[in-house]
Amino acid sequence: MSEDDLKVFVKGTERFFAQVTATAAEVSTPFVREQKDRVVSDFSAVIGVSGTQRGCVYFTAPREMVAELVKRLGETEQTDEIYADYVGEIANTISGNAREFLGSGFMISVPVVFSGPSHDVRFPRDMPAFVIPIMWSGHNSSLILCLKDDVEIEKQASLAEALSTLGVN
Amino acid sequence: MKLLIVDDSNVIRRAIQRAIGEPDYEIRTAGNGAEAINVFDEFGPEVVTMDITMPEMDGLMCVDMILQRNPGTRILIISALADASTAVEAVKRGAQGFLLKPFTAETLNTELVELFRD
Repeated sequence: MSEDDLKVFVKGTERFFAQVTATAAEVSTPFVREQKDRVVSDFSAVIGVSGTQRGCVYFTAPREMVAELVKRLGETEQTDEIYADYVGEIANTISGNAREFLGSGFMISVPVVFSGPSHDVRFPRDMPAFVIPIMWSGHNSSLILCLKDDVEIEKQASLAEALSTLGVN
Repeated sequence: MKLLIVDDSNVIRRAIQRAIGEPDYEIRTAGNGAEAINVFDEFGPEVVTMDITMPEMDGLMCVDMILQRNPGTRILIISALADASTAVEAVKRGAQGFLLKPFTAETLNTELVELFRD
């Protein structure tokens, strides 16, 4: 994943919050997640990515933030099902909007949503997780990108195959 | 007028319903393409708003199936997929309009009016 790709998601996140809520989000400098970093919040959604890039896009946010976002949308029903649904929609919208710059080869899945204080989100081990911190209306949330160019994956597969042929594990 | 809203997000289906706020519309909803076909056959809507990325059957395939059943159906795609080729593909398949998510009530209602301009 390139620096330009990261910028696409940073700008896309800013645009999403500005358009939907009319309140700007403060999007901080992305960093690479380390094992000790606890980035998973109350509600999370994962979008699988395939095509020109492979990996996942995650959005995770605290209950209070999702409740306020849903309220700003005019939604009167305030339930965990509604919150989880909307977190999935946010992840889907930001990922789908990124295709304006990344092209139709950036193929996205439907969102898978997780909730609960101790829900477990697994991150791929073979690629870094870039965390984009988002502060909106006093709440902290994150967009997390684990993406790899397909070319990189092919190169790694070739290297693994070559090493295997040579008997190197 | 009968309107079918197809989107896998309940929040978005409800947001579209609120945004339309039009008493002249009789509205039904579906959460994926396969469900939409069943509702279409039973309900016979003149207008459909259609998401693209959905489980079971995606929106583009659903557009094909709806237009095979009734070529006169007016279809507005409402999707987050912002690349030009997706919008072109949707129009090629027979959708009359394309609205990018996130949308406002105003842009949605403008697009619905545009559906009947031709």
